[in-house]
Amino acid sequence: MPLNKEQIAKRIAQELQDGFYVNLGIGIPTLVANYIPHGVDVVLQSENGLLGMGPFPFEGDGDPDLINAGKQTITTVPGSAFFDSAMSFGMIRAGKVDLTVLGAMEVADNGDIANWKIPNKMVKGMGGAMDLVAAAKNIIVAMQHTNPKGESKLLPKCTLPLTGVGCVKKIVSDLGVFDVTPDGFKCIEYAPGVTIDEIKAKTAGRLVIADNVKEMAV
Amino acid sequence: MNKVVAGADEAVHDIPSGATLMLGGFGLCGIPENCIAALVKKGVNNLTCISNNAGVDDFGIGLMLKGKQVKKMISSYVGENAEFERQLLSGELEVELVPQGTLATRCMAAGYGMPAVYLLAGIGTEVAEGKEVRNFNGKDYLLEYAFDADFAIVKAWKGDTQGNLVFKGTARNFSPMMAMAGKITIAEVEHLVPAGELDPNNIHVPGIYVRRIFEGKNYEKRIEQRTVRKR
Repeated sequence: MPLNKEQIAKRIAQELQDGFYVNLGIGIPTLVANYIPHGVDVVLQSENGLLGMGPFPFEGDGDPDLINAGKQTITTVPGSAFFDSAMSFGMIRAGKVDLTVLGAMEVADNGDIANWKIPNKMVKGMGGAMDLVAAAKNIIVAMQHTNPKGESKLLPKCTLPLTGVGCVKKIVSDLGVFDVTPDGFKCIEYAPGVTIDEIKAKTAGRLVIADNVKEMAV
Repeated sequence: MNKVVAGADEAVHDIPSGATLMLGGFGLCGIPENCIAALVKKGVNNLTCISNNAGVDDFGIGLMLKGKQVKKMISSYVGENAEFERQLLSGELEVELVPQGTLATRCMAAGYGMPAVYLLAGIGTEVAEGKEVRNFNGKDYLLEYAFDADFAIVKAWKGDTQGNLVFKGTARNFSPMMAMAGKITIAEVEHLVPAGELDPNNIHVPGIYVRRIFEGKNYEKRIEQRTVRKR
């Protein structure tokens, strides 16, 4: 069975290390915050100006002056700090944020990513995605392996306008976990019940299977 | 020195049609509601607006779009506004999409008196088209110019009669850099206090950058995505 969104988020959460400063994008990446492993202390950065983002407020609470980059109401944790947008992207640009998790429409086997624009169709803007992918030390993409038509989103070359070049390090899709290597996508884990043949059939870009590939623990 | 004006109408009285404005806020968080309402009432048009977002259909900059007051938007994300999309696709509205950090830093550069900065975001993408590229330590950067805005309009939580500003929570976002960058900066605040009441250690924007200040009224502070968990 391919992974659902929660399972993708849970698998990505296993990549978090104690002491990491982490920026989580909108969508599946936001769910990663729900699965931070016990004993791993991470600080969540929200690029609209907050370090130390906490969970959503309880029903009836919610402060209009306290939102995340997806414009959702949030809370802070003890030790949090507010700052302006220039400082926020300054810390991203200077490499202080250890990990960025974001979604993608397409990823190429050299690490290029497209996630902001469908020409003549979706012109919403890139928000902070271009800044994040250009600067973050480590980028993990959370995505569906194929589009609703069943076509691969892991490609030899992106067809949509790029967000960044050669920047994605790892992908967790509904089918498995893939490192982006000089040889292309390297499958290191497959989702329970998903076969290597299915992954091969649904990956258009260069694909190698790790010698020690294993079934993902979910 | 008298920076205090009676209200939004007086604060924006000399903003002409065709002006370039910076407007603080992230989504609807921290937007200058009173000044936007005054600009809508005043009916100026042909405006160029530098703001991270373009409001929603019936609030924020969306109100100015509805009245066709905006000629050009310079933003990083404009996805919450159907009227915006309509005007963009029909060619009535010009849009320059700028990566969010680049947008913030081009405001900052203006406020710090720097004509341009080299930034990473957008290298290898269509954002880089036509821009000067320079390599530093093996990495390519884009030359990005400081914005040039006639007016900056921001909303703060507290301000004093000297123009010093304090923001609350994530409502700070772009406002400090914009306040520093505008040729004329207008600040509307939730609480206007006499000089001396704000702690000088905790001022986010020193008053030198603020030309006009007033206490705003009837803040709606609309929440775009109210998201909660069960108790």
